[in-house]
Amino acid sequence: MKFLTMAAAAALAMSLSSVQAEPVKVGMITTLSGGGAGLGIDVRDGFLLAVKQAGNEDLEVIVEDDQRKPDIAVQLADKMVQSEKVDVLTGIIWSNLAMAVVPSVTAQGKFYLSPNAGPSALAGKGCHPNYFNVAWQNDNLHEAAGAYAKDTGYKNSFILAPNYPAGKDALTGYKRFYDGELAGELYTKLGQTDYAAELAQIRASGADSVFFFLPGGMGISFLKQYADSGIDLPVVGPAFSFDQGILQAVGDAALGVKNTSQWNKDIDNPTNKAFVEAFQAEYGRLPSLYASQGFDTANLLLSAMAKADVKDADAFRAALKEADFDSTRGDFKFGSNHHPVQDIYVREVIKEGDVFTNKILAAALTDHADAYAGDCSM
Amino acid sequence: MSFLLLIEQVLNGLQFGIMLFLMAAGLTLIFGVMGLINLAHGSLYMIGAFCAAAVAAATGSFLLGLVAALAGAAAAGALVELVVIRRLYDKDHLDQVLATFALILIFSEGTRWIFGSFPLFLNVPDFLSGPITLPGGIEYPLYRLTLIVIGLLVALGLYMLISRTRLGIQIRAGENDREMIAALGIDIAKLYTIVFALGAALAGLAGALVGAIQSVQVGMGEPVLILAFVVIVIGGIGSIKGALVGAILVGLTDTLGGIFLPEALKLFLDPSTATSVGSSLASMAIYILMAAVLILRPAGLFGARA
Repeated sequence: MKFLTMAAAAALAMSLSSVQAEPVKVGMITTLSGGGAGLGIDVRDGFLLAVKQAGNEDLEVIVEDDQRKPDIAVQLADKMVQSEKVDVLTGIIWSNLAMAVVPSVTAQGKFYLSPNAGPSALAGKGCHPNYFNVAWQNDNLHEAAGAYAKDTGYKNSFILAPNYPAGKDALTGYKRFYDGELAGELYTKLGQTDYAAELAQIRASGADSVFFFLPGGMGISFLKQYADSGIDLPVVGPAFSFDQGILQAVGDAALGVKNTSQWNKDIDNPTNKAFVEAFQAEYGRLPSLYASQGFDTANLLLSAMAKADVKDADAFRAALKEADFDSTRGDFKFGSNHHPVQDIYVREVIKEGDVFTNKILAAALTDHADAYAGDCSM
Repeated sequence: MSFLLLIEQVLNGLQFGIMLFLMAAGLTLIFGVMGLINLAHGSLYMIGAFCAAAVAAATGSFLLGLVAALAGAAAAGALVELVVIRRLYDKDHLDQVLATFALILIFSEGTRWIFGSFPLFLNVPDFLSGPITLPGGIEYPLYRLTLIVIGLLVALGLYMLISRTRLGIQIRAGENDREMIAALGIDIAKLYTIVFALGAALAGLAGALVGAIQSVQVGMGEPVLILAFVVIVIGGIGSIKGALVGAILVGLTDTLGGIFLPEALKLFLDPSTATSVGSSLASMAIYILMAAVLILRPAGLFGARA
C-alpha cells in the first residue's frame, strides 16, 4: 500500500513536471548569407549562446536563412508555422522583412519576439498582443542622436539617410529631438557606395555638424570617404554604422565619432560582463549590439518558459510582458505597446590595443519609450 | 551653387565614370569577342578587392595589394574560362546567364567561407590620403585624382593594345569573324582565355582601387555590374571607345543629376518634397539616358551591329 502511494505520488509528480516542461519550439528566420549576413549571424550567435548557457532541453531552435529577401522570409515563416509547428518565431533583421512576416504569424496565434527590426507600423496602429520587440523601435537611436546634438549645442546640422522607409524614419527621429537649423537634408540611393557628391555639398553647406544613418557597407564607405575629404565637422550617427562587425573595416576613420546605442560592452552590470566574456570565449570575437539583442531575446523567452506553458497563450503572454530576466542592458521593461522602455547612450569610438570598439560617454535619453505607443490600442 | 562646387562635382562624376569604365571595358571585350554575357563579372571585381585587402593586411603594402588584385582576378578569370565558360560559347544567351548567375552564388558563398561575413579593412595608402588644393582653391581628395589618372592610363593602354599589337589584331578579328581567324591558324581557345583573363584583371583592379574608399564585402560587385551593363548598352556592345564615353556619361549623369534635380525642383516645390522627389528622379536618370540613347541609336553610341 505504501509502495502504491509512493508510486502514485511519483506518477503525479512526473505528470506535473511534464506539464511545466512542455517543449517550446522556436523558429529563427534571419539573414545568414549575402551582404547583410554579419547582423544575422550575430543575432543567431547571441541567441544560441543564451540557449546553451541555460541548458534547457525543452527548448528547440530551428534556424533558417532568409537571404534578406521578403519572399523567402514569408516562405520560411509559412513552413515553420504549418509543417514545423513552431510556437515562437524570432530573428528577422530588416524592417521590410518584418512587415512581410510578423502581421501574418501573430494573426495565426504565434508569438513573435523581434531581436532587431522595429518598424513604426508595428509599434503604433499595427501593434499586436503577441508581438514583442526586445531591441528598440526604429526611431529610438536617431532620437537619441538628435537629443545629443541639441545638448551639445549644434545649431546647423547636415543630415542624410538612404531613400527608403527606415531612412525617412531616421531623419524624422533625429528632427523630433534636435531643434536647430538644417544646413541640408539629403536622401541618398539605397546601396550607394560613393558619397563624393554628398561630401562636396556638406563642405559647401556651412554646417556645424553631420548626422547620418547609413547602415552596413554604406556607412563604411561614407566614413572612409569623409575622413579622406578633409572635412572637419563633428559626426553623429546611430550605432548601426559603428557596430563591432563594421568598425574594423572602417579603421581610423571612425575614431572619436559619437554614436548612439541602447547597449555597449562596458555597461556595468554582472549579466553584461558575463555575456561579453562568454561570447568572446565561445566565438573568438567581441559581441556587437545585435549579439546582445539576440542574447536578451533568448533570455526573455527562457524567463517566460519558466513561468508559463507556451500552449496557454494568455499566461505565456503575461509572462513575456513581465520581462523578468537579467538583461545585458541592466533594467529592462516593456511599454504598453510591447516595445522597450530603456536608456539610450552616447558612445565614442576608441581603439583598445589593435581593436576598434566603443565606450559609453553618457546617457542621451533615459527611460525612453517611443513616439507611437499612443496609437497602439492594446 | 558656386562655380567651384560645380567643378568639384564634375571631377566626382568623372572619377565615378572612369571606375565604371574599368568594369565595362572587360565586360564589353568579353561580349564583343566571345558573344558571352558574363554576369559573374561583378564577382571578379569582388575577388580583386578581397585579394587586395588580404595582401595589404598581410604585407602592409597597398601596391602589393594592387598587384595581388590583378593577379588574383586574372587567375580566377582564366580558371573560370577553362572550367565553365568554355562550354557555353555555342549555347544561347539564356544558358550563359544561368551558368554565370550560378557562378555569382558560388563566388559569393566561397568568399564568405574563406573570409567570413564581416567586411574587410582596406584603406587608402598614406602617401595618397587626404585632400590637395587644386588651382582655384578646390580641395579635392588626392586618391580620387589618382583614380582618374590611373583610369585614363588604362584606357590609353587598352587603346594601344587593341590598335597596335598583334594580340589586338587577333581580338579585333575575333570580333568580326571567328571562323575565319580560326582558319588562319590562330588558337582561338587560347585567345578567348587571354581576353577573359584580361577582362577579369581590369575588373579586379577596379575592385581593389574602389575597395580602398568603399567597403570590401561579399556582394559588393553586383550593384556595379548593373551600372556596367548600362554603360556598355549606351556605348555600344563590343566597343572599348563606347565603353569609355558611356562610362563618363553615366558617371556625370548620376553625380550631377543627384545634385541638380533636387535643386531644380526646389524652385517650384517645398524643400522636403523636392529632396525626396529629386532623389527618386536622380536614381532613374541614367536609365532615362539609356532609353534616350537607344531610341536615337538602337545599337548604342559606337555600336557596330544593330
